[in-house]
Amino acid sequence: MSDSPSALLELREVTVRFDGLVALDTVSLAAPRGRVTGVIGPNGAGKTTLFNVVCGFVRPRSGEVRWRGRALARHRPHDLARLGIARTLQGLGLFPGLTVLENVMVGADRHARTGFLSGLLAAPRADRDEAALRERAMARLDELGVAGEAARRPGELPYGAQKRVALARALAAEPDLLLLDEPAAGLSVGEIEELAALIGGLRGGPAVVLVEHHMDLVMGVCDQVVVLDFGRVIAAGAPGEVRDDPAVLTAYLGEEVRGA
Amino acid sequence: MVRFVNLTLAGITSGAVFAAVALALVLIWRATRIVNFAQGGMLMFTTFLAWSVIDHGGSYWLALGTALASGLVLGAVLERVVVRPVESKPPLNAVIVTLGLYVLLQAAAGMIWGDTPHSYPPAFTIRGLSVAGERLLLSPFDLFVIGAVAAVMVALTLLFVRTDLGLRLRAAAFAPEIARLQGVRVGRMLTLGWALAALVGSLAGVLVAPSVFVGPAQFDAMLVFGFTAAVIGGLDSPAGAVVGGLLLGCALSYVSGYVSSDLVTFGALAALITVLMVRPNGLFAASAGRRV
Repeated sequence: MSDSPSALLELREVTVRFDGLVALDTVSLAAPRGRVTGVIGPNGAGKTTLFNVVCGFVRPRSGEVRWRGRALARHRPHDLARLGIARTLQGLGLFPGLTVLENVMVGADRHARTGFLSGLLAAPRADRDEAALRERAMARLDELGVAGEAARRPGELPYGAQKRVALARALAAEPDLLLLDEPAAGLSVGEIEELAALIGGLRGGPAVVLVEHHMDLVMGVCDQVVVLDFGRVIAAGAPGEVRDDPAVLTAYLGEEVRGA
Repeated sequence: MVRFVNLTLAGITSGAVFAAVALALVLIWRATRIVNFAQGGMLMFTTFLAWSVIDHGGSYWLALGTALASGLVLGAVLERVVVRPVESKPPLNAVIVTLGLYVLLQAAAGMIWGDTPHSYPPAFTIRGLSVAGERLLLSPFDLFVIGAVAAVMVALTLLFVRTDLGLRLRAAAFAPEIARLQGVRVGRMLTLGWALAALVGSLAGVLVAPSVFVGPAQFDAMLVFGFTAAVIGGLDSPAGAVVGGLLLGCALSYVSGYVSSDLVTFGALAALITVLMVRPNGLFAASAGRRV
């Protein structure tokens, strides 16, 4: 995975330590626009830490995160929407007290931002913004096939449908980078196939980074795959190459081979 | 029958004020899970400011504007400076801080304006309207009280339900961490929530001032009644706060009219205990789920 000029997101030799534990060790990766980059690895390999670094929850000890060719330092989670980065969470991360439509509208909000006081004072304008916001959120729900549930609370929906709502919210921000944190967790085989089709349909749009355990999903939808083990990149490349890499086989299957 | 109608009308008027105080408490509870015991002190302080304006020859409306504006600022400043540091701490810290603020505001008001209660003029006459020869316990000023509270309720509902700012306010209240990831400036939303709550509280203070007079301790009962109304409504529900306020207002009016006016405070506490025993989550609680 060489430096690509079109890489939107780039990590350069990022190192993160927690109390002596090396969570990420000189990790580099590049996520180009329009392509799906998979990050896989055993539990504890540093996949979620990697997302947390990009989101500004965790500051790297060394190395840098570059976004659109510029180093990102000191960004905070609330800056992400403005930067054009959307993230789905492990689990759902939906607002329980808001309707499905309102959940997605919060995600779409960066485009219809009325200011702090102007929102209070200029009610008519805010009202128009709100209508545009509602329309765009509805369109996303429609694309993901859950428009019929717009008026319901997330808690009333089956898990798979809630996942779609979460994805709709991330897409409603029209991000340039979409971070998907284990989107297949808790889904049935059929729902994972639908998810794969959805992610595949994003190709050519935003840069997508997918952290996932589910090997078939990663191999099926990703254009390139980075394999982490104990915080280090042990392999990177096209899914076919990575699958047969001996280091990857050892990392994933080593325990079983030893145990057998 | 006329007596019942009159007591009901009087109950709705005082209930509207209770509802406003309850709403101020509910707005803050929803956003920060803090019961703002300082609310009584805050609305006392802003009402004193309004009284000063009138005392210096300002008009009723200038005084009302002063109270509302100073409420907005006071709420925002207190959240930012005093409450923000305890927001992520155990709940007891916030209880102590808001109680301390209450004592502080009361003492400060006593030092600035003295302990003697001052009279406060109503906006319109408090002579009851006559309908078919019967003098009603409903004056033009009472109508103004009900109308002002209703207008604020409608405006707040529109803000929360119909604007994207309101959506962000609600998102920040429901799940601050998730809201942050969606680009919501949660800290600002909390400040705005406190400012709006204090605005509603300061309106209640000015509206009730003609009947309770303006003094450092004159508004203590308002906090008790407002809190009772909020709890009746379930603390979490703005609509519940309004209904709770009106129910409490009417109940207390009946107690005062049919039993004895000495029993009004007793009646409020009895209502509070009854509601807490029968429906611990309030009449309007959505679910038994608790945020831990």
